[in-house]
Amino acid sequence: MKLKGAEIVWECLVREGVEVVFGYPGGANMPIYDAMLNYPVHHVLVRHEQGAAHMADGYARASGKVGVAMATSGPGATNLVTGICTAMMDSVPVVFITGQVAAHLIGGDAFQETDVTGITLPITKHNYLVTRADEIAEVIREAFYIARSGRPGPVLIDICKNAQIEQTEFVYPEDVKLPGYQPVTHSPRNLLDQAVKLIEKAKKPIILCGHGVIMSKAEEELMQFAVKTQTPVTSTLLGLGAFPASHPLSLGMMGMHGEAYANMAIQNSDLILAFGMRFDDRVTGTLKTYAPAAKKIHIEIDPSELHKNVYADVPLVGDLQTVLRDLIPLVDEYDHDEWLEEIHGWKNEVDSRSIMNWENDGKLQVAHLVADIWKATGGGAIVTTDVGQHQMWAAQYYFLEKPNRWITSGGAGTMGFGLPSAIGAWFAHKDQEIWAIAGDGGFQMTAAELTTAVQEGANVKVAIMNNNFLGMVRQWQEFFFEKRYSAVNMLTPDFVKLAEAHRVPARLVTKREEVNDAIEWARKTEGPVVLEFRVEQEEAVYPMVPQGAALHEMIRRPVKA
Amino acid sequence: MNHTFIALVENKPGVLNRVASLFRRRNFNIESLAVGRTESPEVSRMTVVVDCPNGDVDAHKIEANLYKLVNVIDVQDVTHQPSVTRDLALIKVKVGPERRAEVNGLAEIFRARIVDVAADAVIVEITGTEDKIEGMIELLRPLGIVEMVRTGQVSMTRGVNDGVRRVPGVNGHRYEDVAELAEMTP
Repeated sequence: MKLKGAEIVWECLVREGVEVVFGYPGGANMPIYDAMLNYPVHHVLVRHEQGAAHMADGYARASGKVGVAMATSGPGATNLVTGICTAMMDSVPVVFITGQVAAHLIGGDAFQETDVTGITLPITKHNYLVTRADEIAEVIREAFYIARSGRPGPVLIDICKNAQIEQTEFVYPEDVKLPGYQPVTHSPRNLLDQAVKLIEKAKKPIILCGHGVIMSKAEEELMQFAVKTQTPVTSTLLGLGAFPASHPLSLGMMGMHGEAYANMAIQNSDLILAFGMRFDDRVTGTLKTYAPAAKKIHIEIDPSELHKNVYADVPLVGDLQTVLRDLIPLVDEYDHDEWLEEIHGWKNEVDSRSIMNWENDGKLQVAHLVADIWKATGGGAIVTTDVGQHQMWAAQYYFLEKPNRWITSGGAGTMGFGLPSAIGAWFAHKDQEIWAIAGDGGFQMTAAELTTAVQEGANVKVAIMNNNFLGMVRQWQEFFFEKRYSAVNMLTPDFVKLAEAHRVPARLVTKREEVNDAIEWARKTEGPVVLEFRVEQEEAVYPMVPQGAALHEMIRRPVKA
Repeated sequence: MNHTFIALVENKPGVLNRVASLFRRRNFNIESLAVGRTESPEVSRMTVVVDCPNGDVDAHKIEANLYKLVNVIDVQDVTHQPSVTRDLALIKVKVGPERRAEVNGLAEIFRARIVDVAADAVIVEITGTEDKIEGMIELLRPLGIVEMVRTGQVSMTRGVNDGVRRVPGVNGHRYEDVAELAEMTP
């Protein structure tokens, strides 16, 4: 069957099970958009390509499938870059398809020509420049395989315009031939035995649960392992949801703004079991004093993460689910009552400082609002965030019981992520409640996607935590720059009017007693809704491990008199 | 110290850029890089000499990161393996007829040869290890080197021995190498 390259693109996407594509048309991808009309794939027209990238990312994280975003050449493609980088840092499987000028024009600085494969080389798992129609099927097949296998990540395909127009025989490749790409899945028995020996000896073990647990769908295995060995579990920002927050062994989040008792537990542990995480500087504090007494067992699918930041006494390369399934039968049942008791002591001390115990003083606290949303939604909503203070409060107080419901930009820390990723998540789970928790700064970066939400009828609830500050930067300036506020005080638009101009119903909330009403109103209102909360301006996120400090050297919330 | 890696990569456009970009991105310093075809038309071979201040830990990092490139098929570290190492240099020395014999004499000692003679200059071709070439350059320098080009180091292990592989690599077969990873000290 002879088909145009553009048609082959869609033939392949349909075969990959793609139902929705987020994108923006332009000169260099018009044949693809023309061919699209004949295929059963829903296209979401975004307002800025960054939105398309984040939507595809949010869709991928919520669904566990590969997301797809499209853009034209030049500025279209460069607008994707922030979103590609976001997906790369958080290992999210997204395939990006960009148009490129005709192959014979490449190198000639043609209109809207940009070296997109060059630009995205360090921020993609792999990328392709396609100059001929007969390459398209194979490349798309490979791209999806690479994106979702091994350590997942974004793959970009840059397709020249001539390749989209040319006709060629369409043959869908049966399998992929990638001699240099065969991810390791199992760990060898001798190393598993070494791990078992360390687990046997441990008196104070702790599991560090990362994004890899969710990516490899190893939540069940994590639970079995934790319960069998009675090992407490603390999560990275992206690992939240992999282990139920209400479980007695759950210690919540670790790291810079993690629970103080989780950080204390890590520093005092004698064995760290790192599951699908990469010892990012935001979870370790300074490496010099990181968990000094602990042996480390590191299970990771990406060998380059082993020994990268923290030396692993037993490095286990492989798919986490597979490795845990191999490991669980080898370990005995243990109890670590004394250790759990010790951790419990730290926990009690933390409770005395908790912002949750504050009386209502008339001011709105983001932490309280997150807890209110958590209560109202029964803890079951999909929550997306922007980046900054509100993100940390959301991580601390939206207690997650299940995976794939917490969508936040971790490694890249991308502002403007909340709203578009929520829209993407809605396409994955139209029946579920979705909340985007955003700050006033981040929201303004991608606010134009409100119209996209309206056009698509996306049922997402946006809570803007407006403190008229770039809150996290302000907090750093308060703590580390003698409160010299530099470029953090932000005039915000009237968000209610802004939302209404986008045809989105909206409410302003300024008082504690209005909060629950507003949340219920938002939940009952069909389609996108915006709630603007005027929150306490100069509140800080606690605890905080200053950059370069040891993990246990936290700035703690002052005990309120 | 310098580590020498042999990387087999798919012979496709842009692969050299990917490898070079990786070294830049991960902040490693390439001392020398030589790329060429192999016995298989689908495979190119790179010999990369990289400064590894943290020894094995850096070497592991380089191998593991190279494997992250989809087009990289195999990586081995031949630094400590018995291997044959060669570099080729063309050195143009500014000498008139009166001192040509001097250059020729030096060339003979180093088993180099003069491959071109002009009225005011000669080109010396020398093949060998880096040390040997450096030695010759030092002696030719006083005579007046006007131009020099070097291919960069290429290496091949002796016999059927492979170099060290610190990463499970493709196929995931090399379980014993994961064990090696465990024995690395920080």
